[in-house]
Amino acid sequence: MADCGEANGPERKNEIVRAKNEEKELTKEEKQRLRKEKKQQKKQKEKKDDKGSSEKSGREKTLDPLSASQVLSTQSPTQKVPASAPIPVPPSGAPSHSSGAPSHSSSGAPSPADKPAKSKAELKAERRARQEADRASKQQGSSSSSKTKAPASDLNPVVKRLPEHVQVDDPAVVKRLAKKLERQQTRPHSSAKKIPLRSDYGYKVSLFSHLHQYSRKAPLTQLLSIPSSVIHPSIVRLGLQYSQGIVTGSNARSVALLHAFKQVIMDYSTPPNEELSRDLVNKLKPYISFLNQCRPLSASMGNAIKYIKKEISNIPSQYKEEEAKTKLLECIDKYIDEKVVLAAKAISKYAIEKISDGDVILVYGCSSLVNHILCEAFDKNRKFRVIVVDSRPRLEGREALRRLVQIGISCTYVLISALSYVLPEVSKVFLGAHALLANGYVMSRVGTSQIALVARAFNVPVLVCCETYKFCERVQTDSFVSNELDDPDELMVTRKGKTQLEDWHDLSTLGLLNLVYDVTPPDFVDLVITDLGMIPCTSVPVVLRVKNVDQ
Amino acid sequence: MYNGGVPRPSVLLESWTELVEYFRTQMRTDPDMASAVAAIRTLLEFLRRDKGETILGLRESLKWATDCLTRVDSSVAVSSGGELFLRFISLTSLEHQDLARCKKVMEERGELFLEKISLSRTKVAKLCHTFIKDGAKILTHSYSRVVLRVLEKAAAEKKRFTVYVTESQPDTAGRQMAEALRRLGVPVTVVLDAAVGYVLEKVDLVIVGAEGVVESGGIINKIGTYQMAVCSKAHNKPFYVVAESFKFVRLYPLNQQDVPDRFKYKADTLNNVSELSKEHPVIDYTPPSLITLLFTDLGVLTPSAVSDELIKLYL
Repeated sequence: MADCGEANGPERKNEIVRAKNEEKELTKEEKQRLRKEKKQQKKQKEKKDDKGSSEKSGREKTLDPLSASQVLSTQSPTQKVPASAPIPVPPSGAPSHSSGAPSHSSSGAPSPADKPAKSKAELKAERRARQEADRASKQQGSSSSSKTKAPASDLNPVVKRLPEHVQVDDPAVVKRLAKKLERQQTRPHSSAKKIPLRSDYGYKVSLFSHLHQYSRKAPLTQLLSIPSSVIHPSIVRLGLQYSQGIVTGSNARSVALLHAFKQVIMDYSTPPNEELSRDLVNKLKPYISFLNQCRPLSASMGNAIKYIKKEISNIPSQYKEEEAKTKLLECIDKYIDEKVVLAAKAISKYAIEKISDGDVILVYGCSSLVNHILCEAFDKNRKFRVIVVDSRPRLEGREALRRLVQIGISCTYVLISALSYVLPEVSKVFLGAHALLANGYVMSRVGTSQIALVARAFNVPVLVCCETYKFCERVQTDSFVSNELDDPDELMVTRKGKTQLEDWHDLSTLGLLNLVYDVTPPDFVDLVITDLGMIPCTSVPVVLRVKNVDQ
Repeated sequence: MYNGGVPRPSVLLESWTELVEYFRTQMRTDPDMASAVAAIRTLLEFLRRDKGETILGLRESLKWATDCLTRVDSSVAVSSGGELFLRFISLTSLEHQDLARCKKVMEERGELFLEKISLSRTKVAKLCHTFIKDGAKILTHSYSRVVLRVLEKAAAEKKRFTVYVTESQPDTAGRQMAEALRRLGVPVTVVLDAAVGYVLEKVDLVIVGAEGVVESGGIINKIGTYQMAVCSKAHNKPFYVVAESFKFVRLYPLNQQDVPDRFKYKADTLNNVSELSKEHPVIDYTPPSLITLLFTDLGVLTPSAVSDELIKLYL
C-alpha cells in the first residue's frame, strides 16, 4: 500500500481548494486527514526535486506488486482496493507525472462522493489504513489522484467497482473526472496545460444514462483546445479520425493505434534522470485518456495497450535509448503481424474448409476479416454467392458490397428488415466480432444478435470469425451494462428535402438512441473460427486460459 | 489399386496386403474388439516391422498405413484412433538421436496406449451404470459394444431394467443386440426404426454409442440416431452417449451435409460406386444441443466440455 506518487505544490493546493469547495461532502475524518496532509506537504516541499521523484517512482514500481497483496491483507475489501491495483492498467486515471503508480487518494472529496452509502466503520478502517501508509512512506505526500480507472477487463483480483469513466450519471464523478484530466500532464510544474473533457450532447435515454453520448457534427479540435505539447500530434490525428468515424472497425482501430504509438515512441526522448521503461508508460496515459474521450476504447485496443505497456516495462534498464526504441518498434510490428495479419490468414484457411460450392453466404455490415475470408475463398475458386445485410444509420454494408463486387463475387444487398425474407435461401451466416467475452457471448455491431436469432430460427448455421487478440476477460450478459452511444443526430434522415425529426431536441419526452454494439448469446452461435482453430462458443475461457499460461 | 496421390513411402506393395490381412485377422479373432483398437494394433505391428531409416519416413509410413486402413473400414473411429496413436507416440520422437532407440520408445508408448484404451470400455461402464436406476426402461439404437458393456455391468449390479432396441436398417444390427441382451437375461423388445416416437413415452432414458465424437460435442453414429435424439428432446427424456476417448475426432460439422463423404458411406461403396448421391449414408450427425451427457473414460462430460478435452489432447 505504498503511498506513491509525488504531488507538487500547486497541484496539492488545487486539490485542497477543490476539497474545500466540496466541503459539504467531507466527513469529519476526511477533514482531519486533509489537515495532516497539509502538514506533510509542507515538509515535502523542501525535499521536492526531480531526482527524488524518480527514485521514488523506482521504489513505487517495485513496491507495487507487493502493495497489491498488502492492500488485500491490511484493508477491508472496500473500494480502496482497486486503487492500489498493479500498474498495467489501461486508461489509468492516475496523474501522469513521474510517479505513475496509482494510490488511494488522500484528497477527501472523491471517497465519500464515490460511495454515498459507505458505512462509518468502513471509513474508519480506510482512514486507519491510509494513516499506516502515510507513516510507511514518511517524507512523501500521497498523490492527488483518485482511484484507478480500472476497466472491467482488468487484472484486478478483488471486488470490481464500476470504472469511473462509465459512471456518467453521477455528477460528482463527472466533476472529478474533469479535474483528473486537468491534472494529467507530462511535466510536474506546468499546471496550465490540461486535457479537455468532452461534454455530453442531447437527451439520453434513461436506460443508457450511464454512458457518454457525444456529437459528431463539429470536429473535436473546434470544440476543445488541445495543446500540442501535452498530446502528441499523431495521437490528436488519431483521436480526430476516431471521433469523426474515419477509422472504424476493430482491427483498423487497433492497427492505427499501434502505428500512432510507434510514432510516439520514435519521437520520444527520455528526460534526464528518468528511465525509459517507466517514463514512457506514464507518457502514454494521457494519450489513452484523450483517445478514450474521442471514442471509447474497444476490447482489441485495450489488449493492444496492455501488451505495449507490458513490453515497455519489461525493457531491461541497461538498454540504451536507441536500442530500447528499436526493440519496442519491433515488438509492435511483430504484434501487428502475428495477431492481425497472420491470424487472418490462419482463419481464412479454416473458414475456406467450411465454404462449399453452391453456398449462399450471408454477411452483415463490414467486417474486415469476413471480407478477407470471402476474397480468399473466391481466389481459391469456390463457387458461392453472398447476401450483404445492411442497417441504418451507418450503412457499413455498402463498403463490404463495394469490396466484394470489385473482385467479382455475385452479391445481393438487403436491409436488415428484409432478413426473414432472404434467410430461407441462405446456407451459412458469417459474422465478424468486436470482442468475444469470457462467458462465450459475442460482442459485435448492433444488429448482429438479431441476425443470429433469426438464423437460429431458420436453422441456418452461424459462424463467427474472430482473432484471439480480441478475446477479453469481461463477462456480460446484456447489451445495457457496457455499450457505446453514437451521435443521435445521425438518426435524422433527409428525404425529398424534408428532414424528419429535425427538431427532436424541442420535445422533452423524445430521446433518440443510436447504439453501436450488442451482445449475442452463445446458443445462437454454432462455431467460432479463430487462429487457433474451430472452437465452440463455450470454449472461449479455455483459450483464454491457454493463452495466459503461454504468457 | 490405391490412389497414386498418397505419397509412397519406402514400403513394398506386398506390405499393403499384409497390413489389410493383419487388420482383418484382428477383427475376426476378437469380434468384441472395437475396430479402432484393431487398427491401432495393426499400426503397432506395422511400426515394429517397418524398415524405414528416418523418423520423418516413419511418420509418413504410419500416415500411409492409417490411410490404407480407412480405405478398408471407413468408420470415423479408425481414422480418429489412427491419428491419436500417431500423436501419442510422436510426442517423444525428437528426444533420442538414435533411430533404433527412438523406435523402441515409440513401440513402448504404443503398447501403453493400447493398454490404456483396452481398459476404456470398463471405465465407461463403471461410470454409466449408476445412471440406470432399478426398474428403468431404456431405449437404445443398433448394435453398440460399449452400450452392451454398460448394460452388462448394470445387470451384474443386480438392477432390473427392460430394453427397447431399434431394428436399425439396412443391416438389422439391432437384432444382434437383442440376441446378446437376451443371453444376459435382460427383457428386450425389438422395435421398428419408425416406432421410435411411439415408444418414447414409455422409456425413461436413451443410451446410444458413438462412432465418433466431434469437436462441438456432437456425435456421429449409425443412421437413425439423430431422429432418436430429436424425439427424446421433444419428450424431455435424457439422451446419453457412451464413447471411449479415442473416438474424439477433429471434425466440426455444421449440419448433416457437412460430414465428409468418406465417413458417410461404407468403404466398399466408396471404392466401387460412382454416383454417391444415389447411395444411402450409413451414419448421421447429432448436434450437441440434443445430447444431455457423454460418458467417456475421461469422465462424465457435458457436450461443451468435449471441446476442452480435445484442446488438451490435440493442442
